[in-house]
Amino acid sequence: MHEMSLAEGIRTVIEDSARVNGFDHVKKVRVEIGKFAGVEKPALEFAFDVVMRGSVAEGAILEMIDLPGKAMCYDCAKEVEIEHRLDLCPICGGGKLMPSGGDEMRIKDLEVN
Amino acid sequence: MCTVCGCGCGTASVEGHGHDHSHSHDHAHGHDHHHHDHAHDHHHHHDGDNMHFGHGPAGTEVPGMSQDRLIEIETNILAKNDRYADGNRHKLAHLGAFAVNLVSSPGSGKTTLLCKTIEMLGDQPLAVIEGDQQTANDAERIRETGARAVQVNTGKGCHLDGHMVGHALEHLTLEECAMLFIENVGNLVCPAGFDLGEDCKVAILSVTEGEDKPLKYPDMFTVSEIALLNKVDLAPYCDVDLDLYEANLRRVNPQIEILRVSARTGEGMEAWVDWLKHRLATKPVHVHHHDAAE
Repeated sequence: MHEMSLAEGIRTVIEDSARVNGFDHVKKVRVEIGKFAGVEKPALEFAFDVVMRGSVAEGAILEMIDLPGKAMCYDCAKEVEIEHRLDLCPICGGGKLMPSGGDEMRIKDLEVN
Repeated sequence: MCTVCGCGCGTASVEGHGHDHSHSHDHAHGHDHHHHDHAHDHHHHHDGDNMHFGHGPAGTEVPGMSQDRLIEIETNILAKNDRYADGNRHKLAHLGAFAVNLVSSPGSGKTTLLCKTIEMLGDQPLAVIEGDQQTANDAERIRETGARAVQVNTGKGCHLDGHMVGHALEHLTLEECAMLFIENVGNLVCPAGFDLGEDCKVAILSVTEGEDKPLKYPDMFTVSEIALLNKVDLAPYCDVDLDLYEANLRRVNPQIEILRVSARTGEGMEAWVDWLKHRLATKPVHVHHHDAAE
């Protein structure tokens, strides 16, 4: 949805961490992206390459880890895993699902030297 | 570079704090209205950072020797925005002010609805932050009602963020127990992901937009607490099924409250204004001078 903003956010976090932890080169950035986070992975990959230019993470590999989409079913009151936002409840077939997980956009760790 | 959509510097600006100027970034009143990279006091917290030297490929850390190492970050990508939003939320809580973030597609009638709401709220202290890519038209419309309004132009940006709203708040002197209306950029996608420090998001959906809008853009309606189905006076001319609008809203958010309104005729507006008053009255006040005096 706003992958350039996300890439900028990643750069900010990396630069903050570089100051605190004293590294000047990032080899790999691992991020966790939930199924319902609305992130277009190819777009984030593209934005990441562009935004990291001139930073300690220029040329770094971006590894994206998928986190499952979870929702609370208001019909059977169970938390279920679903693939798509508008899927029906896999247990009861109900259509009233409130996302309860899968909106994560987190930087997990950095491999640096 | 802009944190919003990667646009170039120099596109976001705040307008409407009592005098007109052209935002050419050379004002003489000592505050840079440019919203990127300026040097006010930003504290960057690193409580999410933990160093784990033993996790590197070499398995150990030898001082003076270079080796790859893994630094655990475990931080939300939008952590910076969230910090600004928390600051705004804190400021509002301190005042006991209730803030709504109005989100919708362009042309849903947000500004008209807001003008009508302000008129109906009478002497309730309130202020408005208007977000648009360009022009101060909306803030001017709001000011015609007598309310205070600050226009934030996002330039190429497609949503307001916590930082912009924080600046806009600096230009508004909010009274205690005021209502703050933040009219976001008309966009059903990005504003869903950016916390501004508001108490809740209010989605406005007009009957001319099609019953399947909530299914097409579920995120916005999932994060909203209440949806206003606006322009219901036009429903007879648009061949729409209002019940289907409601069913689709509940399909993506079973908890959402829905009100059918028409800002133009006033239909349903009383219920919306009552909802606002109720939410303001029941907001827990962190520091309230009147209570403290008792």
